[in-house]
Amino acid sequence: MSPATSSAIPEPAAISPDLLAQHSLTREEYQRILTALGRTPSLTELGIYSVMWSEHCSYKSSRVHLKRLPTESARVVQGPGENAGIIDVGDGWACAFKIESHNHPSYIEPFQGAATGVGGILRDIFTMGARPLAVMDSLRFGPIAATGGARPDLIHKNQTIVEGVVSGIAGYGNCFGVPNLGGETRFEPCYSGNPLVNAFALGLVRKDEIFYAKASGIGNPVLYVGAKTGRDGIHGATMASEEFHEGSEQKRPNVQVGDPFMEKLLLEACLEAMQTGAIVGIQDMGAAGLTSSSCEMGARGGVGLEMELDRVPQRETGMTAYEMMLSESQERMLLVADKSRVDELLQVFARWGLDAVVVGHVIAEPRLRVLHQGKLVADIPNASLTDEAPRYQRPIGIWKSSAPEQAPAAIHAALEQPRDHAADLRALLRSANICSKRWVHEQYDTMVQTNTVQGPGGAAGVMRIKPRDGAKTQRGLAMALDGNGRWCWLDPRLGAAHAVAEAARKVACTGAVPVAATNCLNFGNPEKPEIMAQLSQAIDGLAEACRTLGTPITGGNVSLYNETRGEAIYPTPVVGVVGVFDDVSINVPASFLAAGHKILLLTPPPPVASHATAELGSSEFAKVVLDTIWGKPPHLNLAAEAQLHQALAALAGAKLLHSARPVSDGGLAVALSEACFENGVGARAELHKAHSPDPASWLLFGEDASRVVVSCDAASITAIRAVAEQHGLAVVELGETGGETLTLTLGGDVVVSESLASLRQLWSDALPAALANTFHLEPSIAGGE
Amino acid sequence: MKFGVLVFPGSNCDQDTFHVLSAVAGQPVTFLWHESSSLEDCDAIIVPGGFAYGDYLRTGAIAHFSPIMQSVKRFAASGGLVLGICNGFQILTESGLLPGALMRNAGLKYVCRQLFIRVETADSPFTQQTHMGDVLKVPIGHMEGNYFCDDATLQQLEQQQRIAFRYCEPDGAITPAANPNGSRSNIAGVLNEGRNVLGMMPHPDRSSELLLGSKDGRRIFDSMIAALTARV
Repeated sequence: MSPATSSAIPEPAAISPDLLAQHSLTREEYQRILTALGRTPSLTELGIYSVMWSEHCSYKSSRVHLKRLPTESARVVQGPGENAGIIDVGDGWACAFKIESHNHPSYIEPFQGAATGVGGILRDIFTMGARPLAVMDSLRFGPIAATGGARPDLIHKNQTIVEGVVSGIAGYGNCFGVPNLGGETRFEPCYSGNPLVNAFALGLVRKDEIFYAKASGIGNPVLYVGAKTGRDGIHGATMASEEFHEGSEQKRPNVQVGDPFMEKLLLEACLEAMQTGAIVGIQDMGAAGLTSSSCEMGARGGVGLEMELDRVPQRETGMTAYEMMLSESQERMLLVADKSRVDELLQVFARWGLDAVVVGHVIAEPRLRVLHQGKLVADIPNASLTDEAPRYQRPIGIWKSSAPEQAPAAIHAALEQPRDHAADLRALLRSANICSKRWVHEQYDTMVQTNTVQGPGGAAGVMRIKPRDGAKTQRGLAMALDGNGRWCWLDPRLGAAHAVAEAARKVACTGAVPVAATNCLNFGNPEKPEIMAQLSQAIDGLAEACRTLGTPITGGNVSLYNETRGEAIYPTPVVGVVGVFDDVSINVPASFLAAGHKILLLTPPPPVASHATAELGSSEFAKVVLDTIWGKPPHLNLAAEAQLHQALAALAGAKLLHSARPVSDGGLAVALSEACFENGVGARAELHKAHSPDPASWLLFGEDASRVVVSCDAASITAIRAVAEQHGLAVVELGETGGETLTLTLGGDVVVSESLASLRQLWSDALPAALANTFHLEPSIAGGE
Repeated sequence: MKFGVLVFPGSNCDQDTFHVLSAVAGQPVTFLWHESSSLEDCDAIIVPGGFAYGDYLRTGAIAHFSPIMQSVKRFAASGGLVLGICNGFQILTESGLLPGALMRNAGLKYVCRQLFIRVETADSPFTQQTHMGDVLKVPIGHMEGNYFCDDATLQQLEQQQRIAFRYCEPDGAITPAANPNGSRSNIAGVLNEGRNVLGMMPHPDRSSELLLGSKDGRRIFDSMIAALTARV
């Protein structure tokens, strides 16, 4: 790092159209590089621009639209722009949380792709000084059961992806020691070549002990901590910013390999090092590794970093500066230390057996300067990589799904005929999106850290916050994920608003107050105007819902180019919502507890009936039973939704509820079934036939928003009605819990009367049975009968 | 009376065990670092769950060579109470403090679930506050919990009433369906010959507070506390 060597100019690369194409840089973007540098870039510099200006790192297509999201409230301590958002949760505690995608890597190498997705989001949390308290995942796969003429090889591939992704998530989180509280798993054909793996993590930090990824103090040393740098993951961020096509499997070397044990050591060592007070700023090396951590920390602090790559711990020999700057090797941190206290930090890392090396120092010029083998190999203004990266106002076209607006005539006829509603219910309970996901979450450690009050399978995950010294009441947090791609495909704005409403509703059902959100926007190729239309409309829907429901977005992630061979996925915004309890002991479970309780439906009045048939077309019933999609997602009254959440918190606080479960996929009949399963408590319910012109199927399986099934003591009904009335909600008495059957009546006529045990079995066995069914690999057997 | 909780790199349940003993049971507790060989005058040692040394090579295989485990072996030989939970059980079998081995689950996958175990002997410092036949609701979370031992060992364990717990149905019935991992004879926990060392796959640390779904696990810690109190 002598001044003599650092004054030289990095050796210019031999720029060719091919070289730019390999780096996914357009001619215009290259011109911007020339302007920013005032000279021809070196190869290392070209690589650095390529990753930092990739869609994944720069948000160049989405940034102008993301500005419309609400990001502030009295609770928000840190909004978008840091490694994670942070909210105040009371008693001096703050909660850091964020969701991130690892879609592309999980398709190419499902186990490692998903595992490193978990690893990445965990580092984002503990980089801020927060100990990860829980994770959750939103997963989307292609079909895993050979129905409707699906190609066996495709089904088999999807099964392999499911197995790999779930064991990757399990393997990483379990070893690291963070409970996984479930999340949601859905299957649609559009995710066949493009699975979605969105990991949501949440951590706890004392409000006055938060760390930021900001460099400061000229001359302060820059420390590299953790795993050694290898050649894995080079250009991972660029890969994640491209469509897939034939041969994408060859990108496997771009996928990183995770080591959860190393991450656990890094967590403990970093939290211990933070306690010394000798750390000035810290950032994990995630996408674009050493490059993004160094230029972003410099940019946030208005200073620069100079690094000498020869000092970087290396796993392989002969690595070039280009490879080291672009490597996405996992479990690495970059931190800026107080120059007088480096030894204290080195001691902590040594105790945990981790590599910790001074690789550079903070400089006054706001530039990223990189030296290797005595030569200056990169010298770039930070701002050109971060705030001044390209931003595109991409053309927005018109989006209209190919689904008909009204139900086809044949469907009308089918709905008017007498139907076997019990058979329809059975079909729904064993369908991929509704069936039990126990096969998934039983592979996750859901209880480590002993804070899990409600694990997977309920409405939302609930954790207690262990009180500090002597405090009597235990505070708590709730978290939930939601996203319905099919609804967003039919109407991006409405579908996205539903994602916020439903995630918040799940949280509210537990009795927690939803207070903030994080979003992961999974879309296709933004260079297509109709995809930009989906993205823009979805953001409008998110913004409106978050504003009305009081859940600002404190950060998140955008994943574009989710296309394979030109086919885009459903537009899939996924929303994670965090809720708080002042006293977690009031938390309400989702399942019926015992016989003899009254079952009520909380719903905004009057029940929306006019669009019933059009709205039924977006339901699981339409997809699974009728095999046809039409119409729109259900109407959503956000003001009524907000009232519902307040009412639920009041009811839980007054301890009036034994259970509360949102009416979601499969409608009221499925919500009632699922409420019975966990504790084996049956139910008898009358679904009031208030709207005779509508098909009975709508009453049973319609997915109208803002409805919650609750159970309570008979003596509590009057008090519940009073609370509901204050919030403008209607209370419909449905029936009573008890017995070993689920009996549903419609205008007094029994339409479903099924043994609970048999329904439960269908629901529990469906997923493992589908995954175990590999008959298609042996055509002689499949074709033998 | 003082409890010591071992900390290996990768011990994920060290803080959970510490919390139960200190905040819930109100006992003095200290962490014992793997590189140290001092047990700091502790009266009972907990080998907590987790992934000591990342479970590299084989679960528990590296931990057993750590300096602290050499002291734990001497402590156990002199009659000191040692409780190994989950990964701690694996470390105790690898160390030779308990017979048998914990193999990969029969289903080959990690299994985390709330389940039931039956107390098979109340004659131990870990179960003296229970009765033989009591059913406890205690969860598991492991990949390698499939207890194996040879016929002679099994016979000896049975004769000496050293099987502490078996996986069972909620009503106490020992059935194949209640066995989550393929363990021989539904074994969930075993004692050493001196009855002062217990290894168990289920987590009493995760079932000592009703808010978390069960406080049955507390009875194991309470038994230890009572046993130590009697010794003093």
